[in-house]
Amino acid sequence: MTAKSVIHYDSNTRQLVLRGDWEVSNLSHLQSILAITSLPETGDISFNGESIVKMDSAGAWLILQLQNRLDQKGIRVQQFHFSEEASKLIAIVNKKLAENSGMPAVKKPSLFAIIGYNSVTQLNELRNFLAFIGQLTYEAIRLVFHPSHWRWNSLSSVIYRTGFQGLPIIALLSFLIGVVLTYQMGLQLRNYGANIFIVDLLGLSVLREFAPLITAIMVSGRTGSAYTASIGMMKLNQEIDALNTMGVTPAELLIIPRIIGLFITLPLLTVWSDIFGVLGGMVMSNNMLGISWYDFLHRFPQTVPLRSFIIGIGKAPIFALLIASIGCFQGIQVKNSAESVGQNTTRSVVLAIFFIIVADAIFSVIFSKMKL
Amino acid sequence: MTHDDTIIEIKDLTTKMGGALVHKGLNLSIKRGEVLGIVGGSGTGKTTLMREILHLTKPVSGSIRVFGYEITTATPKVLLEIQKRWGVLFQSNALFSSLTLLENVMFPLKEHAHLSANTVRDLALLKILMAGLPLDSASKYPAELSGGMQKRGGLARAIALDPELLFLDEPTAGLDPNTATGFDELILNLQSTMGLTIVMVTHDLDSLWKVTNRVAFLGDGAVLGVEHMSTLVKNPNPLIQEFFGGQRGRAAEQGYSDENT
Repeated sequence: MTAKSVIHYDSNTRQLVLRGDWEVSNLSHLQSILAITSLPETGDISFNGESIVKMDSAGAWLILQLQNRLDQKGIRVQQFHFSEEASKLIAIVNKKLAENSGMPAVKKPSLFAIIGYNSVTQLNELRNFLAFIGQLTYEAIRLVFHPSHWRWNSLSSVIYRTGFQGLPIIALLSFLIGVVLTYQMGLQLRNYGANIFIVDLLGLSVLREFAPLITAIMVSGRTGSAYTASIGMMKLNQEIDALNTMGVTPAELLIIPRIIGLFITLPLLTVWSDIFGVLGGMVMSNNMLGISWYDFLHRFPQTVPLRSFIIGIGKAPIFALLIASIGCFQGIQVKNSAESVGQNTTRSVVLAIFFIIVADAIFSVIFSKMKL
Repeated sequence: MTHDDTIIEIKDLTTKMGGALVHKGLNLSIKRGEVLGIVGGSGTGKTTLMREILHLTKPVSGSIRVFGYEITTATPKVLLEIQKRWGVLFQSNALFSSLTLLENVMFPLKEHAHLSANTVRDLALLKILMAGLPLDSASKYPAELSGGMQKRGGLARAIALDPELLFLDEPTAGLDPNTATGFDELILNLQSTMGLTIVMVTHDLDSLWKVTNRVAFLGDGAVLGVEHMSTLVKNPNPLIQEFFGGQRGRAAEQGYSDENT
């Protein structure tokens, strides 16, 4: 290739001589040489490909493209001197290119079309969610009358995975929250010498708000995402379809045990979180504020009403329903691609946390109106 | 291009899967330009063999040479050179579900063939047409295509870089007979125009008769015979007789000889 260029135009014989490897690995090199090769502006020329060593369909495509370009300028390519194999390949590629009438143009939707499309999608999703809830309610009522269809095994495995296996992380997080809260509030209280009031503040805030909220957020990340991903993969794998053809509804086998399981475990996890949150606060008040274990435990039942504990625990089942139903719904909504499993898992967690906080705000308003 | 040199050479290959020996000293050589079928009963390690050639599974011992390079100990650099020269159609197509068909076919070109965006697009469209797909399928996602079209799409991606060597894992499995026949013809067509060497694992007796030059029969952890189908079916080995001697085997043979008389 050093002595003779891979593309060379011989003006005496009006021949374009092609040499070397006409392959896809070499194509950009060929294209750049072709761009600087000067070709006649008029008359006929011929291609000579006798000394082409290797040619593949990309090389054939380049030759045909060159011919087309010359054709448009009014230069006829009269003759091809190619090996038999190469000519055959060129003929095939030419035939296929003739079928290429250009890609059907993809129309770019206007802004209004995009807004409209998104609105309809959102409304459809809302409708699907309501249909999902409706169907679940129907299935749940049906199950009440057919206790033999209850899936105790699924239920216990859900309780084990969402509840028992979540204990360590919930304990650790709640303990840390208790420590942090005590530290921040303790700094203020110490200024007024009101150290002992840390017990009131900590008890109320942890039992009423922090424990249920932190637990629910943690569980929606741990469990809600797992629900979406596992049900989504089953959907992709047609396992959901298989269940439907066997007369077992996915709701009965997969969804209701998950929802009921979380409904049972989330309040229990909240109690667990209460314990460790208060424990964290107690350790910190002992260290930082010098409140003895005895004083802390003595004051706790006197100032923190049972009501706070019950309100905290009472929110948990609602949060559980939100997390589990959103998680399962997003799983069912997965559409035929791995990408969609990822998207729906993200949505499931984001929506669950969003609605948990909205629900918590609504609870606060209701309780303050009720003067609880 | 000489037609009798060896493109893949497998020597004394031993493979263990879950504690059991799948291959016990397997030998096989594949010549340039041929279409080699690999058959054998379930669990005889056909797909494992292909995965080993593709460097996806590591054998316990033995040597596999592809294009003259030892694949079992190849450095990443050598491996990349080899990988650019082969194309693979997996059993379940393995089209990337998040990309359109066109993007799927463009993928290897973009990664390995430093070309302008327009060239990549045009070459990918050419490959889609060569695989016998209509143009409007190019902008669709794999999930929107039928099973047969997905196979063709997978094939279009496998031939995107104009490979010398093409691996097909059960190319006609799950296709209706009509589509399967069309696919066989497509493979033959591509093989003759592009001068490919094809290694196909298949159970489809019709494809074996129609497409392959030679067939390697796997059984008892070794290759029991590598011959043209017409010779292989006369092999007295009981495993081979059992495999081809059934009603379906004879029907396929009958159909083939009818076609050629």
